[in-house]
Amino acid sequence: MSTSVTPDAPAPATAPAIQGAAVRRGDRTFLGLSRGAGILILVLMAAIAAFLIWKAIPSLQANTANFFTETEWKPDADPAFFGIAALTFGTIMTSVIAMALAVPVGIGIALFIAHYANRRLGAALGFITDLLAAVPSIIFGMWGLSFLMPQMQGFLEWLTTYFGWIPLFANDLGIFTRSIMIAGVVLAIMVLPTVSAISREVFVQVPREHIEAALALGATRWEMVRMAIFPFAKPGMISASMLGLGRALGETIAVALILSANYTINWQITEPGGNTFAANIALRWNEAGPIGLSALVASGLVLFVITLVVNMAARLIIARRAEFSGANG
Amino acid sequence: MAKRIDVNDLDIYYGSFKAVEGVSFSVEPCSVTAFIGPSGCGKSTVLRTLNRMHEVIPGAYADGKVLLDGEDIYGSDVDPVNVRRTIGMVFQRPNPFPTMSIYENVVAGLRLEGGKRSRAELDDRVESSLRGANLWEEVKDRLNRPGSGLSGGQQQRLCIARAIAVEPAVLLMDEPCSALDPISTQAIEDLIDELKERYTIVIVTHNMQQAARVSDRTAFFNLAGVGKPGRLVEINSTDVLFSTPSQQATEDYISGRFG
Amino acid sequence: MSDRTPAQLSGETRAESDRLLHDALAGGKLPRWAPAAVGVVALALAAVLNLVTFVDGVAGTLVVAALLFGVLQSVWSFVVEGRRHAVDRLATTLVYTTFLLALAPLVAVLLTVIVRGLNALSVDFLLTSMRGVSPREEGGGVYHAIVGTLEQVGIAALIGIPLGVLTAIYLVEYAQQGNSKRLARAVSFFVDVMTGVPSVVVGLFVYTAAILTLGMERSGFAAALALTILMIPVVVRSTEEMLRIVPRDLREASYALGIPKWRTILKVVLPTALSGIITGAMLAVARVAGETAPLLLTTFMSQSINFNPFSGPQAALPLFVWDQFNSGTDASQDRAWAGALVLITIVMILYLAAKLVARFTGVKK
Repeated sequence: MSTSVTPDAPAPATAPAIQGAAVRRGDRTFLGLSRGAGILILVLMAAIAAFLIWKAIPSLQANTANFFTETEWKPDADPAFFGIAALTFGTIMTSVIAMALAVPVGIGIALFIAHYANRRLGAALGFITDLLAAVPSIIFGMWGLSFLMPQMQGFLEWLTTYFGWIPLFANDLGIFTRSIMIAGVVLAIMVLPTVSAISREVFVQVPREHIEAALALGATRWEMVRMAIFPFAKPGMISASMLGLGRALGETIAVALILSANYTINWQITEPGGNTFAANIALRWNEAGPIGLSALVASGLVLFVITLVVNMAARLIIARRAEFSGANG
Repeated sequence: MAKRIDVNDLDIYYGSFKAVEGVSFSVEPCSVTAFIGPSGCGKSTVLRTLNRMHEVIPGAYADGKVLLDGEDIYGSDVDPVNVRRTIGMVFQRPNPFPTMSIYENVVAGLRLEGGKRSRAELDDRVESSLRGANLWEEVKDRLNRPGSGLSGGQQQRLCIARAIAVEPAVLLMDEPCSALDPISTQAIEDLIDELKERYTIVIVTHNMQQAARVSDRTAFFNLAGVGKPGRLVEINSTDVLFSTPSQQATEDYISGRFG
Repeated sequence: MSDRTPAQLSGETRAESDRLLHDALAGGKLPRWAPAAVGVVALALAAVLNLVTFVDGVAGTLVVAALLFGVLQSVWSFVVEGRRHAVDRLATTLVYTTFLLALAPLVAVLLTVIVRGLNALSVDFLLTSMRGVSPREEGGGVYHAIVGTLEQVGIAALIGIPLGVLTAIYLVEYAQQGNSKRLARAVSFFVDVMTGVPSVVVGLFVYTAAILTLGMERSGFAAALALTILMIPVVVRSTEEMLRIVPRDLREASYALGIPKWRTILKVVLPTALSGIITGAMLAVARVAGETAPLLLTTFMSQSINFNPFSGPQAALPLFVWDQFNSGTDASQDRAWAGALVLITIVMILYLAAKLVARFTGVKK
């Protein structure tokens, strides 16, 4: 690293020579501070990984079960045996439901704001989704449990009655509370602002010429959307979905409140039960012994890696998109 | 088949702002009509009302009659989507769809109509449209490459091919050469000369020489005054308008005294 | 019939071609009152479904009505206007329905919190702690939790905002210089990635690093550290955006006066972007104020007032809500909802204030 500091404007020739040293000291300090802050971010990200790995090791060494395939979670038993299979299942299942609902709706919201509504109505919807993003997750959890769950009862019963032949929607217990399905719906609402905000950003970037080209060919509005907007915005829509997915995977408190946590893999997602990485950490934290805490750190490490991969992939897609549009003026 | 256009007492508004006032003129089938005039005088606005593209802008509407072979395109049971399908348009900046290949760009309009079209039929239409736009020889070996990889002039001819692939009755061109270099401009002008055998063409241009070169008739638009709506000053055969204009404003404009 | 192309018309009689031209342009069209009529029918049907089937609740009924509207109108449109217009109308209906799908949960959440929160909310509730109040008893309040939240979020803001602003300054003002470019790109990328790190993972990190390794106790300060990490990327991104729209001319004017770069940044660039930076900082504070998971891992819940964030258990609003909600008695449920109402009020005020600051000041582009 070079130690000389050159401001990108040439040093002012009129500055009295006597000030030169002071100026350079000031500039160097300031650059040092701001660069330090930037480097701190890289250090933080590395430190998160390092500390989680380090503190996960004791439990992984003590574990007598296969960490990846075991469903039970008994790290404080003697001998310790625990694994993340059930957590993985619950995390993926809730997130898949969330994405299945949030991606189409989020893209619809973005389309509404960018290309369907007039300015005032569009701004109103933008404001609504922003407010939705500001609601703390614990409140979503409480609401999901005490308002949404009873509201969904009828729908879920109907679903089981008529679509129960699909194993996913079967319900042998006749109980429709605290299920993966409900957690998924709440997660969908929570990630909706993420999906719609980023989709909207790319939708408004679609050049006016492409929209007019489609309309002038005699396209209806929807045909214009499919012809000019979706192809242009596809990478952005993928990124938006992945960032939403990242949020759904890591959401903790709302899921912890809603699920009736257990450690089984149950494909009948309208029945009570299920658990996720994040919810499990919150629920087991205060009762865990030393190995239990270490085991929770180990599961957190897996969650960290998964969200990291999802987020990095999403950001890389956006970045590539930016270069692409830059090259085309 | 080319059709005639009759415009009767057309007023155009953006919300409460009256942009163009009292425009009436006729365009014969298989002819080229050029719109000239200083910027902001409403010539592009008038062009866009000929296929209802101005309705894309929120709050814009037109009052008056635009007849296509006697049929009012603003009639109550007329569908703007069908109007635009029948009256094609080429824009100022070449705008091929960037994610589509050259081939897909040309058939984009045909695909909208749905129905079963065989591959051979589409191939034929692509070739005839690209030949019609004088682009076939240059791109026939790379039909599956993206249209955005072409030069500006080629892209504009691709857009013309895309517009004529659906066999419109009229072709509207909104300053089609303003983003192009002189050689590409020459190519487009030659093309316009060929296209007028099959299509009625209306072209907006800021370039008086171009109007004189390509058009049979020329319409001169001007603002009635500062802050007032634009209006049609005079329309006449191009030769007459440029040699013996009947209005002082036209003479001032074509002799370069303003605009 | 409207698919006839003009070319196919050649050779036909004049009258015939006139009729075909009319058809080509016109095509069937639903009457102007069609959407309203379909809307009424859809609402009526949804109301009936509400009475006889699983559909219940205002929101659910409205969503069903919207779906019915889409289907009915499309079928009608398909018969009269053809496939393309039917699809277009269906898509338009679906896109407009998303407005409802975003609005319904927001309204439902806010109403639920307000209605249930008002049961226990009072001035006393804001001014007393839970010391000596058992879960079954009524009474008690959130004072201790408000104190904790203010201190924890305040500390997080004190550390996080300067760090975030400095990072943004580095990215915008210094990153253009040769050897900094690669570092800046890495920083920028990881700021984005950091936005997506789950808050519970950040809690785990503070626990393993500060508490297990450095021997810090579980305290308000440890919680504040976790909130700091969550704030930084939000502050960086919003500040960066603001700094980038400060016109280059302003900087150059300052350099031309012989003012060194660091003073230019402090005296010209930052003040110009200040309102935007404040907006971003307030949004970041609003975002972390409602975080529960990291607090759960890094501090112990307390029922008493503790002004010292560095020692001993300290409550916080989200923790209070979590604790009371899980206690499960009627009295504690009421307190949980009242606490949620206080929390959401604070967050929304911060949020709306930030938006107002952004609206009424803002950098002139």
